[in-house]
Amino acid sequence: MGVENIIFILLLIGAIVWFSKNIRTISRNINLGKDLDRSDNKGERWSTMARIALGQSKMVKKPISGILHILVYAGFVIINIEVLEIIIDGVFGTHRILAQPLGGLYDFLIGAFEVLALLVLVACIIFLIRRNILHVKRFGFREMVGWPKTDANIILIVEVLLMLAFLSMNGADYVLQQKGAEHYVEAGAYPISSFLEPWFSGFSEATLIGIERSMWWLHIVGILLFLNYLPYSKHFHIILAFPNVFYSNLRPKGEFTNMESVTKEVKMMFDPNADPYAAPAEPEGDAVPERFGAKDVTDLSWKSLMDAYACTECGRCTDQCPAAQTGKLLSPRKIMMDTRDRLEEVGKNIDKHGKDHNDGKSLLGDYIKEEELWACTTCNACVEACPVSIDPLSIIMEMRRSLVMEESKVPSELASMLTNVENNGAPWQFAQNDRANWAK
Amino acid sequence: MATENLNVKTMAELTAEGKKPDVLFWVGCAGSFDDRAKKTTRAFVKILNEVGINFAILGTEESCTGDPAKRAGNEFLFQMQAMTNIQVLDGYEVKKIVTTCPHCFNTLKNEYPGLGGNYEVMHHSQFLQSLIEEGQLKIEGGSFKGRKITFHDPCYLGRANGEYEAPRKLIEQLDSDLVEMKRCKSKGLCCGAGGAQMFKEAEPGKKEVNDERTEDVIESKADVVAVGCPFCMTMMTDGVKTKEKEDSIKVYDLAELIAESKGL
Ligand code: HEM
Ligand code: SF4
Ligand code: SF4
Repeated sequence: MGVENIIFILLLIGAIVWFSKNIRTISRNINLGKDLDRSDNKGERWSTMARIALGQSKMVKKPISGILHILVYAGFVIINIEVLEIIIDGVFGTHRILAQPLGGLYDFLIGAFEVLALLVLVACIIFLIRRNILHVKRFGFREMVGWPKTDANIILIVEVLLMLAFLSMNGADYVLQQKGAEHYVEAGAYPISSFLEPWFSGFSEATLIGIERSMWWLHIVGILLFLNYLPYSKHFHIILAFPNVFYSNLRPKGEFTNMESVTKEVKMMFDPNADPYAAPAEPEGDAVPERFGAKDVTDLSWKSLMDAYACTECGRCTDQCPAAQTGKLLSPRKIMMDTRDRLEEVGKNIDKHGKDHNDGKSLLGDYIKEEELWACTTCNACVEACPVSIDPLSIIMEMRRSLVMEESKVPSELASMLTNVENNGAPWQFAQNDRANWAK
Repeated sequence: MATENLNVKTMAELTAEGKKPDVLFWVGCAGSFDDRAKKTTRAFVKILNEVGINFAILGTEESCTGDPAKRAGNEFLFQMQAMTNIQVLDGYEVKKIVTTCPHCFNTLKNEYPGLGGNYEVMHHSQFLQSLIEEGQLKIEGGSFKGRKITFHDPCYLGRANGEYEAPRKLIEQLDSDLVEMKRCKSKGLCCGAGGAQMFKEAEPGKKEVNDERTEDVIESKADVVAVGCPFCMTMMTDGVKTKEKEDSIKVYDLAELIAESKGL
């Protein structure tokens, strides 16, 4: 085992440790959310995941980006089979260890990886053009300046570099094989990288080995770094898209949750045997009295928090939102991005100052304004549009509940509407007795 | 509005006669009080009477389902309304409900069961469609034959409950030319009234949602917009007015289309 292998092993271990630490932090953060039972209907959940996440059924509703994405998605997953070999080679100092045992299949696989790598490369370049030159509308918007924009470009550029490294590594290897260089066994098929031959064949063997080795290192170190970039990026969706679709809401979209704490109280009021003068039931033990709705991320369900980490910032929700499309302040994508940013902040506070730290900030107010919330028509267009089954509407509703039930902050016209419902049983000021006058 | 007496029975009246209806018609607040929506209510009742459906209304015992309160964030008021209504409905042993309002439909169908109210609930488009399928209701084109009709999907019928077909089948029965707007079915643009927006001014922006939607209608070249919701009715009527298209584009509820085609 040489120095190279030891460096490789250390890098590999480092990357895995760092990544698992980040995963633990994220799952801790998600679990800061309120309980919600999504363990039912396993069969339907699996098939929904197969259709929407694996099968990309909602992605292809926008055919151009849908098909390009399938290329990147399938290409990336399949090409990463190659990483298995790279890791074995890296640890044991072998070269193309799987060539011998796999024989003809190996040639086929390498050939297929090359074709896919080219497709991924082209798709990512088109994605870059769509974002930076064509300025496709949904990639723009108030919330898409600064880091989110850079993040999107970093992802695509890194994918391009990884594919270029992979292809040049193969190209150099191919030429070395032709030259009969030591260690470079003749193996694999190089339908794409062999086009580099005219360019590479002028180089000396030493230069070629230099190119091959550095591209090998660039490729694998790139992958390990990229893996650890995911938790800080919208690209984390490549992992979370699957569980997020799995745990998505299977009920009709129009069904909003009935708040249980309210049901208890209302049932008491309707119970003829209840003592109207009894003191309100004390919360048992030292349980914190429940807040109505959501003022901060920790008041949301864990699923809403998972949604936030799964968001790809694609803007399909905002693109369909009637409020956003008519220039209102609301953008459902921003709701998701704010939720993630705030959750990260809460998580960092816990890491630094312990669990009970209060930084005096909250999602509602510091990140999301009342005006955004009151612009929503609860039309469900955002929920319908999301390719990873995210539900921005339930976050909006939980925050409206907090505004109304905790803070009594209701727009004045709605306050009159609510009074009318309470007094007349209708949102307008009409007398209950006139209800059937239309029939006369 | 013609004010001939429609002779609609209430639950209380039927019960006093020792009878039970097959279905309860939940009129809803808009259908009871809003002048434009009342025309839909009357049209629907005329169809029910024509077919000879044994139905009743709650009359003055009906109260808001609580939908606008819930979407405005006041869960207490919603559940108070829901419990009150469930007591009334269960008191009359109601099993089946039909309503011309998708908001009432959604709330009764999806949100009442969790509070103990379990009923079979249908939107009037589904109910009318089932009457046609059973051969009880026959419609012909009448005055709508060959007219270009587009359907504006109500959010709470379409995306919220996945019903896109029943309204379209009704329109096809009229021998009319069903044209789709560029945004339709699951991508249909909201009229702007949902989520309690009906009862407030829109938040500041560049445009009203109903005007944006009316542009879709104009682009579709339809001369009739069919709606299936009293709030969509208000929003689309206003939108057509703002765009000064009242002469070339008419807004009708599905029930009105059918009633009118049958000369009711
Ligand atoms: C597991 C491997 C996956 C890889 C390598 C991958 C890769 C990518 C890349 C490179 C982008 C950036 C495209 C751009 O900048 O426009 C992207 C965007 C996106 N991905 Fe994935 N993805 C994967 C899985 C998924 C899954 C399972 C879904 C769920 C259906 C998904 C949904 C999306 C969406 C919605 C976008 C936003 C871009 C758009 O709307 O076109 N991805 N993905
Ligand atoms: S539900 Fe609200 S946020 Fe979502 S698309 Fe409709 S108006 Fe926009
Ligand atoms: S919520 Fe869904 S549709 Fe909206 S930006 Fe995120 S991934 Fe895209």
